[in-house]
Amino acid sequence: MFTGASQFALVGVLAVAGSPFAALTAALLLGLRNAFYGVSVAGIVRPSGLGRVLTAHFVIDETTAMAVAQTGRRAGRYAFWATGIGLCSMWNLGTLAGALIGRSINTSALGLDAAAPAIFLALLWPQLSRDRGLVVAVGAVVVALALVTVTPAGVPIIAAAGMAIGAGLLPVRQHQQERRPG
Amino acid sequence: MSTWVTVLVASLGCYGLKLIGVSLPESVLAHSRVQRIAALLPIAMLSALIVTDLFDSDRHYRADWHTLAGVAVGAVALWRGRSLLVVFVLAIATTALLRLLL
Repeated sequence: MFTGASQFALVGVLAVAGSPFAALTAALLLGLRNAFYGVSVAGIVRPSGLGRVLTAHFVIDETTAMAVAQTGRRAGRYAFWATGIGLCSMWNLGTLAGALIGRSINTSALGLDAAAPAIFLALLWPQLSRDRGLVVAVGAVVVALALVTVTPAGVPIIAAAGMAIGAGLLPVRQHQQERRPG
Repeated sequence: MSTWVTVLVASLGCYGLKLIGVSLPESVLAHSRVQRIAALLPIAMLSALIVTDLFDSDRHYRADWHTLAGVAVGAVALWRGRSLLVVFVLAIATTALLRLLL
């Protein structure tokens, strides 16, 4: 799996002994946006055959953003592959290092318990400016806080996803639609 | 379901979603409502993940103020336009330092 938010969510739910199904659902819902990124990326990279299989693996927030930010298709394609190969190798080397030495580090003394929420916040921050973004975020916080003591781990996250679906289904006033991968 | 099966199924599922995206004709996913939902999903789920990370302790509300302070410093850094790496380092350093001193 190469899609950070899904990986963090999966690990996060499993780490607090949440059910595998809750963990799986959270990871897949967070990975859903990659399908939409894939459409944008396919338009720029135009992969075929085996290239499609490899292209798909590298479709994430960062590679899509880099690809669509370029002016010509050539530059976009270069940006996609450079970002994808660079990030994927560093990301997995980092994961391997964590898996190998993770147990021998005192995560609490190093303040690493603040790492996950801080990273989630950093991923969330630029998206709040999106139409309805702030409302959905506040709603999700309320839903999660309300459910956290009464439902199994992972369920508050999935219930919060329901907020997003509800907000997305509501009709839009004119001039508010935007088509930006985010 | 063992942890490894969960990891494998989730990996295949997440990869499958990407493959669908690069393979399907654009018109299939081009509905504005569907796109809006896909864009709002991470916002809602990341918000919920932050809340459960910070306040959930085995189905009881409990927060560690060192961690809260670290994340708050990270939030200030984000507000000042700092990058993810800076936010990450500031958050864990603040938490570690507070825990060491107080």
